Amino acid sequence: MCGICGCADNQGATLLNLQTGETSTVSSHAHAHEHGHSHGTAHIHAHEHHDDDPAHRHDHHHHNDHHRHHHHDAHAHGHGVTVDLEARILAKNDALAAKNRAWFAGREILALNLVSSPGAGKTALLERTIRDLKDELALCVIEGDQATAADGERIRAAGAAAVQVNTGTGCHLEADMIAQAVKALKPAPNSVLLIENVGNLVCPALFDLGERAKVAILSVTEGEDKPLKYPHMFRAAALLLMNKTDLLPHVDFDMDKAIAHAREVNPEIEVLQISARSGAGLEAWYGWLRRELDLAKQAVFA
Amino acid sequence: MHELGITRNIVAIVSDAAKGRRVSRVTLEVGKLAGVMTGAIAFCFDVVAAGTPLEGASLEIREVEGRARCRSCGTEFTTPTLYTPCGCGARDAIRLQGEELKITTMELEAA
Repeated sequence: MCGICGCADNQGATLLNLQTGETSTVSSHAHAHEHGHSHGTAHIHAHEHHDDDPAHRHDHHHHNDHHRHHHHDAHAHGHGVTVDLEARILAKNDALAAKNRAWFAGREILALNLVSSPGAGKTALLERTIRDLKDELALCVIEGDQATAADGERIRAAGAAAVQVNTGTGCHLEADMIAQAVKALKPAPNSVLLIENVGNLVCPALFDLGERAKVAILSVTEGEDKPLKYPHMFRAAALLLMNKTDLLPHVDFDMDKAIAHAREVNPEIEVLQISARSGAGLEAWYGWLRRELDLAKQAVFA
Repeated sequence: MHELGITRNIVAIVSDAAKGRRVSRVTLEVGKLAGVMTGAIAFCFDVVAAGTPLEGASLEIREVEGRARCRSCGTEFTTPTLYTPCGCGARDAIRLQGEELKITTMELEAA
C-alpha cells in the first residue's frame, strides 16, 4: 500500500504490447507514486497566515476573480496555519496531456479519443476503418478496457499495431497511460493514433489525454436522449458518429431528435450517420479523418 | 466513480504541499457543472486520507453555481445545466463559473 495516498498497489493499470507480447504496469492514478515533485501548474502561495499573528488579522481576499469568499473560519481556529493552494485537482493529468499533445503535434500525428457507452460499436468501427484505410494511412490503436486483451487482439487481426491498456478498477484512461502506451506503440510520424477509451459516457469526459479531438459514438439501439443525460461527453466531442444505422428499421430510434439533442448540448458538434457493419456513411467518416490529419499537420506551423 | 481518482489526486496534492506536516482541514471549490458528485468525494475522502498526513482532516466543499454570459445579448445568467440557454434564446454563451475543480486551502497543524 502506498503510504502517501493509501491506494493499494494492485490498482495500477497494466499495459500489453500486442506486437511484442510485453506487459508492464501503469499507475492508475495521477500521482504515479513519484511523490515530492511539484504538481504542474498547482502553485502554492508563499505566504502562510498565522491565526495568532495580529498583523495578519485582515479580511483575506484571494486574487482569483471568481473566488469571492472570505476566510473567516481560518481565523477562528486557535492553532495551525492556513495555506492557500489554488491547485487544480486535475492539474497533473492536464500537464501530462499537454505534453502528449505537443509530442503528437511535433510528429504530425492525429490523435483521436473515441468515447461511447459499452457496446456502441467502437471496436467494430476501428476494425472496419483499419481494413478500409490501412493501405492509405498509417493507423495504430490504444485500446482501453478494464480487463482482457480481446479488443487489442481484434485490432491486431484487422491489421494495425495495438497496445492494450487494462485499467483494472479504473473507469477511464488517463494521460499517463497514453504516454506509456505511446512509448510501447511508437506511432510513426504523420500517422493516425486512435485511442479507444473505456466504454463509459461519464468519466472519460473529464480526463484530457492530449488528443486533437474526442469522437463520440452513439448507436441507434441506445436512447436518443443520451446527449442530454450525459451532456459533458457530448459537449466535449467534436464529432458524433451515429452508428448501427443498418438497424434503424428495427428500432424506435428518432434520428432527428437524437441529433437535435446533441446540438442542444453542443451547437458546434459535427454529426455523421454510419454503419460499421454495412459500411454505409463510412466514406464521410474517412473524409473527416483525412481532413483532420491535414489540419493536424498544419497546426504544427500555426 | 471517477470521484475516487479525484479524491486520490486531492490527497496527493495536499500531502505533497504539506511537506510532512499534519493537515487538519482541506477546502475545495467544486462547480455544480464540473461533473463530479461532491457527496462521493466526501465519502471517499476519509478512506483515501487514512495513513496519510491528511488522516482525520475535515473536508469542506464549497459548491459553485453555474453562470454564463450570453454572446448575443451580453446578459449574465445562471445555468443549472451545461446547456441552459440564455433568456434571449441564444445557446452560445461564455462560461463564467460552475466548472471549478480546485483545492483552495489546507490548514496545517501547528508544527
